[in-house]
Amino acid sequence: MDKSEVQDFIAKRVAKELTDNSVVNLGIGLPTRVANFIPSGITVHFQSENGFVGLGPAPAPEDVDPNIVNAGGQPVTILPGGCFFDSATSFGIIRGGHVDLTVLGALQVDEEGNIANYLIPGKLVPGMGGAMDLLSGAKKVIVAMEHTVKGAPKILKRCNLPLTAAGAVDLIITEMGVIEVTTDGLRLKEINPQYTMQQVQEATEAVLIVDEGLGVMC
Amino acid sequence: MSKLISIQQAVDMIPNGAVVMFGGFMANGSAEGVIDALVAKDVKNLTIICNDSGLIDKGVGKLIVNKQCAKLIATHIGLNKETGRQMTAGELIVDLVPQGTLAEQIRCGGYGLGGVLTRTGLGTLVEEGKQKVDVDGITYLLEKPLRADFAVIFGSVVDKNGNIAYHGSTNNFNNVMAAAADITIVEAQQVVEIGQLHPNHVTTPGVFVNYIVDRGECSG
Repeated sequence: MDKSEVQDFIAKRVAKELTDNSVVNLGIGLPTRVANFIPSGITVHFQSENGFVGLGPAPAPEDVDPNIVNAGGQPVTILPGGCFFDSATSFGIIRGGHVDLTVLGALQVDEEGNIANYLIPGKLVPGMGGAMDLLSGAKKVIVAMEHTVKGAPKILKRCNLPLTAAGAVDLIITEMGVIEVTTDGLRLKEINPQYTMQQVQEATEAVLIVDEGLGVMC
Repeated sequence: MSKLISIQQAVDMIPNGAVVMFGGFMANGSAEGVIDALVAKDVKNLTIICNDSGLIDKGVGKLIVNKQCAKLIATHIGLNKETGRQMTAGELIVDLVPQGTLAEQIRCGGYGLGGVLTRTGLGTLVEEGKQKVDVDGITYLLEKPLRADFAVIFGSVVDKNGNIAYHGSTNNFNNVMAAAADITIVEAQQVVEIGQLHPNHVTTPGVFVNYIVDRGECSG
């Protein structure tokens, strides 16, 4: 699989976590792809933190309304039944527990569910945007990311980059498997059959507990 | 007295060293005409409060590129490389704030509140130097109000009382910022007569707005 296929594979698996009538916020990058794989028969209301619910797909170039953009500043659409609001309301929705699920990328995640995804001191300082609020307020947090970066593990015993939130992550989905954050540690719930258990563990710094009902990721 | 003023009158009010809130999110819903006039006037040492630092050629990004900003309070600066460069070079102070926290700090500043308690930022660098408050066994961070000398905001349709309606996602920070400055200037995409904007369609009450600039003039 090339990089794009890997991201689609991850996004497709994340989409299986979507539930009917839920309010969902997708982060920029890989998580955005989840919207392409919504299971049939399910209605999901996507929230855009710059101020609306009912986020629709990107418009054809001739249909672009410059007044409607997503949180990355890209032209998007709003679906029938959606609504616009200001930033205070938007983050009331986010912090107040009215977002059922958020899907975010990460630089690092650890066995306590800590996540780092906004700052590499001296190197990358984009800012946290809405990520800290989403992590503290959404009912469920899924990290969707490639398992390693340049071969180095991103799932660690302890994050060493500045945290975006402590103890916030519920589920980690990578091209290698599906990992649940539990009080006992990281539990491997599903494995991509392209990899052996040993390969997955070697690509992970934290110790993985293999779930007794280990499933096949597809 | 009419709230409608020229763009030149608007920028004449804003001196060097002013603290200015700018509405807009990645330059969507941003007062581009007033920002262009501020670039032309070359006002210096501004403290800018804005969701982000725009793009190099859009929104408050133009003020940053022109080195008119001494301090920036924002949530995200990733789409304007010049902001990061100036920060690393020590030319610009940047305070990064979580987006929901920034919105609430501004809301508190405008709505007569002494601060807000939030769990956002607990266990991160954001909590450094801040008071923690326990309420019924839950720990929160105390985030203090933010105010500015000026708010420079955008409205899609503005009546001559300053009542504002927004199109699309252009509202974002404009509505909360309207209340949180000593002087609020709205750049209107369209100015209409009193009575032409239905009271139920107004999002930002005109009582928060001191002056209106007609964008028609800005682009002319």
